[in-house]
Amino acid sequence: MGPTSVLSKLVLKGHGDAMLDLFPQAQPVQGLIGGVLIGLAGAIMLLGVGRIAGVSGLAARALGLSSSPPWPTAALFIAGLPLGALLVAGLTDGIPARFPQSNAILIVAGLVTGLGTRMGSGCTSGHGVCGVSRLSRRSIVATVSFMASGMVTVALVNAFGGGW
Amino acid sequence: MRAVLALVSGLVFGAGLAISGMMDPARVRGFLDVAGAWDPTLGFVMGGALLVMALAWFVQRRMVRPVADDAFALPGTHNLDVRLVGGAALFGIGWGLAGLCPGPAIASLAVHPEPAAIFVAAMVAGMGLFRFLEERR
Repeated sequence: MGPTSVLSKLVLKGHGDAMLDLFPQAQPVQGLIGGVLIGLAGAIMLLGVGRIAGVSGLAARALGLSSSPPWPTAALFIAGLPLGALLVAGLTDGIPARFPQSNAILIVAGLVTGLGTRMGSGCTSGHGVCGVSRLSRRSIVATVSFMASGMVTVALVNAFGGGW
Repeated sequence: MRAVLALVSGLVFGAGLAISGMMDPARVRGFLDVAGAWDPTLGFVMGGALLVMALAWFVQRRMVRPVADDAFALPGTHNLDVRLVGGAALFGIGWGLAGLCPGPAIASLAVHPEPAAIFVAAMVAGMGLFRFLEERR
């Protein structure tokens, strides 16, 4: 069931429970709380350090793979990501994750993600969260582009029986 | 101070990713699967993050400099080019294939090290490839 047909049913039913009826797999509360924390992290980086909390850019900067010189502050931000996940994993009964089984998929996806995020100057965090909330024209265009491309990719993979 | 803030920011970011469900590649893929069993969770994550960040930008416009540095270092917002759109589209292919983007992939290194390390190693190679191509231009 696609989002458009579903939207009309949501409006007709007119309350939040309808969403969980339609999408039993959805986690709106966890999503919202996690999203607020991600926004808070972006705010700390912006107002504290004066930079965009963009993971791809900071990762490249931390590894010296950017045109700017390596920057220890970027490395600290990047190191914080697994530490934060570890903290949540320790306080809860683990972080559920279903990865693709094929290493070939992981490798090809990783390669184009690295290449594409550097070429397009950002990813979901830098463009999608920090840039879109700034109403940056570049980031809005980039976000529409990677979302559309991601949706087409999933649809094509499913059409050829490669879903997982 | 700057170092501590960067580490705390990364930590809060990683915790947010873990709580939100965005470290589950199948769930992210579910958001992109608009013709199938669509999972709207990523929309709520984006909504929460955008709300707080919009407030942060509102505050930023009233600040002369960030708390722990001499000046803001922010990218331009206007120039649209083929690189931006093409690069983002390329990233979208990877995102759709594996259900992973850079943040969740790096955060997963601590909790699901084996698949995450394979993806992150390939991602770093892709970043290196871009750097190599850039220097040859």
